[in-house]
Amino acid sequence: MSEVRDDRQYTETHEWILDNGDGTYTMGISDHAQALLGDMVYVELPSVGDEASAEDEFCVVESVKAASGVYAPADLEVVEANEALDDEPELVNSSCYDNGWLVKFKSDSLDGLMDASAYAETLD
Amino acid sequence: MKHTPLYQAHIDAGGKMVDFGGWEMPLNYGSQIEEHHQVRNDVGMFDVSHMTTVDFKGVEAKKFLQILIANDVDKLKTEGKALYSCMLNEAGGVVDDLIVYYHDDENYRMVINAGTTEKDIAWINSQAENFDVSVEPKLDLAMIAVQGPNARAKVFEAMPGVEDVCGELKPFNAASLGSLFIARTGYTGEDGFEIMLPEKSAEFTWKMLMEVGVKPCGLGARDTLRLEAGMSLYGSEMNDEVSPLEAALTWTVDLSDEDRRFVGRDALEALKSKGTNNTIVGLVLEGKGVIRDHQKVVTNLGKGEVTSGTFSPTMGKAIALASVPKGSEGLCEIEMRKSNVSAKIVKPPFVRNGKVLV
Repeated sequence: MSEVRDDRQYTETHEWILDNGDGTYTMGISDHAQALLGDMVYVELPSVGDEASAEDEFCVVESVKAASGVYAPADLEVVEANEALDDEPELVNSSCYDNGWLVKFKSDSLDGLMDASAYAETLD
Repeated sequence: MKHTPLYQAHIDAGGKMVDFGGWEMPLNYGSQIEEHHQVRNDVGMFDVSHMTTVDFKGVEAKKFLQILIANDVDKLKTEGKALYSCMLNEAGGVVDDLIVYYHDDENYRMVINAGTTEKDIAWINSQAENFDVSVEPKLDLAMIAVQGPNARAKVFEAMPGVEDVCGELKPFNAASLGSLFIARTGYTGEDGFEIMLPEKSAEFTWKMLMEVGVKPCGLGARDTLRLEAGMSLYGSEMNDEVSPLEAALTWTVDLSDEDRRFVGRDALEALKSKGTNNTIVGLVLEGKGVIRDHQKVVTNLGKGEVTSGTFSPTMGKAIALASVPKGSEGLCEIEMRKSNVSAKIVKPPFVRNGKVLV
């Protein structure tokens, strides 16, 4: 069974979003997504200041098995990218909810996300 | 879906099971990269029971194999000696690639791919009609490949009596011990054994190997290991429409005996005199990312295509085998997800016996 954390929200495309309470959000991929993709070998992240529209593919996570787009959950602006993933993309596997986060962004239009229990139901 | 005798052992070991040509097989048991390193640095084992063993028996067994496959079994003179070959259709395309083992001129054993088994058996039977040979698929055999620098020592430790029979066995040779058939062959670029054994002994043997520290490895690691070793995969580097001459497998085609008119020979000779356009080369990506199957390649001589692409855990870079115009060299461009990325053209293998060669 994959882990779903109660402190954050989720998208249908298996990203998680954590409200940092200061107008910024942290985002990554869920445990279910990382398990499905397998060993991560490369993460392509946007630059600080990049803007993305809702549903844009704005990051790519690549495992040995496949490349997968990560989608913007709303119109947003990137405020930080997880540079540790350049050298240690495997953090996305070993710590998808903590050290393996992908980007921090700000947005004022975040809407329609699932809470943990709704997301967990989609995985059944 | 079909299951090997080790299916339950895979489930018990946490194997992530996937559909592999109708067989439910382990892709990995957690991390395919760790399993890859395990084989390169120490020892791992693979369940390859889905592959098929076929025995050939009869007074015309040798004569038949001399027309069935493109390499010449006349090279096989000592018991247990192995030969890698392609089996061709009339047009010179590859029906399958295989290993044939010699017992004597009237007894041979062949190992063919899992995904092509039905097609191969039908093809072999259709070719065998006018020969005094019996074609006997051994569907009740399991096969375990134990691979890595410490593979032989661990097999000797786990399986009593094997060292007496296989201690001096040279690469690409096999020996029998009771109902076991043990070959010093593999698909990883490391030393090791491929052990054919009765279905009912498979789980016990697997557990004995685990007890001495041999870790189970899945099909994911098997693919990255064979790709680093520069070994062809049927369906990727070659198929029914690609000849060995275009797949860097010319070394497996023996044209020396003019009188040996094997199936596909006429087509290969015609192709040879006309000249082939493409061959298989290795690629090493210069930038970041992972090369994927079927991506387009442009070399100094024209267009090509990736036949097998992956990330090499040993090199920490993306590598590939690709079909490109013969004589291509230097750098090429690969059309990746969003942009073109440069790659260096190299001669495989990339890695053998733990060492990077490119």
